[in-house]
Amino acid sequence: MVEVKSNLTADHQKINLAGMQGTPAEYTAAIVANSSIVALINEDVIRPLDDLVAKHGADLKKNQLITVDGKVMAVAFMANAQHLVARSDILEQIGVEAPTTYEEMLAAAKMIREQGILENPISGSYKAGWNLAQEFNNMYIGHGGEFFKPGTAEVSVNNEAGVAALEMMKALSEYMNPDFLTHDSNAAGAEWKAGNAALMNMWGSRAGAWNAEDGFPQDILDATMLGGPLTVGGGETPATTLWWDGWTVAKNISDEDAEATFIAMKNGISPAILDETTSKEAVWLIDGYEPTPAAAGVFATAASGAVPYPMLPYQGLLHTALGAELSDFMQGKESAEQALTDVEAAYTAAAKESGFLK
Amino acid sequence: MRHKTFLAFFAPTAIAMLLFIALPIISVIIQSVHTPHDQVFRIVENCGPFGCKEETTIDQDASAALKEAAPLGKFVGLDIYFDRGHLAISEVVQAWRESATFGEFRKKLGNLPFYRAMAFTLTYTFTVTPMLIILGFAIAIGANSLNKYLKGFVIFFSLLPMIVTPLIGSLILFWMIDSRGIIGTFIQWAAGDPDLSLKASTGLTWVMLIVYGIWSSAPFAFVVFYAGLQTLPSETLEAARIDGASRWQQIKYVTIPHLMPLVTFVALIQIMDNFRVFEPIVGFNAEAHATSLSWIIFNDLSGETQLLASAATTSVLTIICVAILLSPVLVRTWRDFNQKA
Repeated sequence: MVEVKSNLTADHQKINLAGMQGTPAEYTAAIVANSSIVALINEDVIRPLDDLVAKHGADLKKNQLITVDGKVMAVAFMANAQHLVARSDILEQIGVEAPTTYEEMLAAAKMIREQGILENPISGSYKAGWNLAQEFNNMYIGHGGEFFKPGTAEVSVNNEAGVAALEMMKALSEYMNPDFLTHDSNAAGAEWKAGNAALMNMWGSRAGAWNAEDGFPQDILDATMLGGPLTVGGGETPATTLWWDGWTVAKNISDEDAEATFIAMKNGISPAILDETTSKEAVWLIDGYEPTPAAAGVFATAASGAVPYPMLPYQGLLHTALGAELSDFMQGKESAEQALTDVEAAYTAAAKESGFLK
Repeated sequence: MRHKTFLAFFAPTAIAMLLFIALPIISVIIQSVHTPHDQVFRIVENCGPFGCKEETTIDQDASAALKEAAPLGKFVGLDIYFDRGHLAISEVVQAWRESATFGEFRKKLGNLPFYRAMAFTLTYTFTVTPMLIILGFAIAIGANSLNKYLKGFVIFFSLLPMIVTPLIGSLILFWMIDSRGIIGTFIQWAAGDPDLSLKASTGLTWVMLIVYGIWSSAPFAFVVFYAGLQTLPSETLEAARIDGASRWQQIKYVTIPHLMPLVTFVALIQIMDNFRVFEPIVGFNAEAHATSLSWIIFNDLSGETQLLASAATTSVLTIICVAILLSPVLVRTWRDFNQKA
């Protein structure tokens, strides 16, 4: 007999590594995304699943299998991306189409403010730390930037693309609630729910979940349209990243436990969980999933040539450095060049400590 | 015999101190001078729902032998202490050379995480500690002079801020001071500026955190002083009253000298407490404006890639800083003790 226990915590990123490092591991499975799986691979605490997939996973679709160097390391169950979320009623009122570029978003925001409809028409998850860093990543990719010198762990974000990305973020923030540096995606969602914003770059998973949220004003929900990702600065690659969420199985456990874990996790994502409510809540990669309108944004993003969030061993360190060092620029306390110099210095110190740089 | 009795009483304390204080400190020191081994990279093909891509990964086999031989990692001495994330020696020297004025140097220093955190932490510690002692003392004097029916109520309500969990207390206030919250809107109205936002201004964020710190810690000072007031010698007070001392003079010449040892005690505890300010920074989402050494440790450990050596180094630096801060008070206590003996 096997007993399945789960720990549904928002702090899973902080405990899944420690939870898998023991022998035997405290947690036999962890839910990860394409960013957080890297920390588990870096420390070598998750096991390849090829034999278990062969034995029990005949009904998993090929695109659910996350392979690293040919070995299946995770099984994905949903896709996610940040994309345009807009209020169609307000866009109609000012007489413009839904923006497809950040420049159009700025122009629309200007009109909304000038016509006195909303004071701060743009919202977004710009909270200092992880969220702010992610917005920079989006904007930097949209400007065609490369985070590292090819094939090395040497950072290179202090360049034209980096400065342009920051300038665009600053320009957008002029149309945001002045508290934007404290707004994560929860707070941005609350702004939306209160009808205080009309345009934002938002997670598809969040916008999808509004459909099931109790007390979400129906008129706002009806007027909310999910658009594709936005481009910026005339670039072709959308200023966003693609994400998958999936599960992994710990290395430091017996083969029997691993097998039981695999079966339990696979049951958790079996096509049987799909019904009318759950189908609307996410973009499932599960077999038999019929896309609902809530998935429009993520599908448009995937079809637009957006790139996945990089699975590099040192990307997480750069993300942390960006999160800590960009807020001074956003507050107008220092120049974009200075902020990016600080990011590079902070990353370099951390990467040296972690053995990624000599 | 006396020694034996002393040992019997002291041994449990000594063992507990060794296990729970000395050993963790030694462990943190060891971790702060070791970093992970140099990583060996390998280019592999990663595939997922969005297609395949060539990416870098860590070659686990290449460094397995190295990890086996030295599981603690690479010994780096004090390198981490001196790097940019901590004391930033070379950055400070460079900033000093390149700055024409002291103000410019200070600005550059504020750009380095350790000094930025210290600037807030020290400001916080040295404003909150005296203010909470004064406030706690005032509440204690006030509560002590009430009649016994009111006293119970007042004491209970004065203690409330201490009963509320710091993280919850700061989260509640965080929403109240939001530009759309009740306090935020009131301040906008009072200042006549509809765009004023506490959370968007560094200065106001500091004020907010300091006010929160005083609010949440004053009850501690209050309880201690209130207990002290119960031992106030009534004869001395009576004598002072007969000599024609006013209420203020009674407080100044009788009450305060009587409570002085308690003030030292409260100051000692609160300096330690305030120096490791953490919850309000997280609760108020204030990291864009204010950081502390504890927050740096949290940040190092909460990223997707944990920086254990960096966190350990900041922990050691925190211990050193607390020791430096407490030294004047400790020296004073030691001197008083020797005088009495």
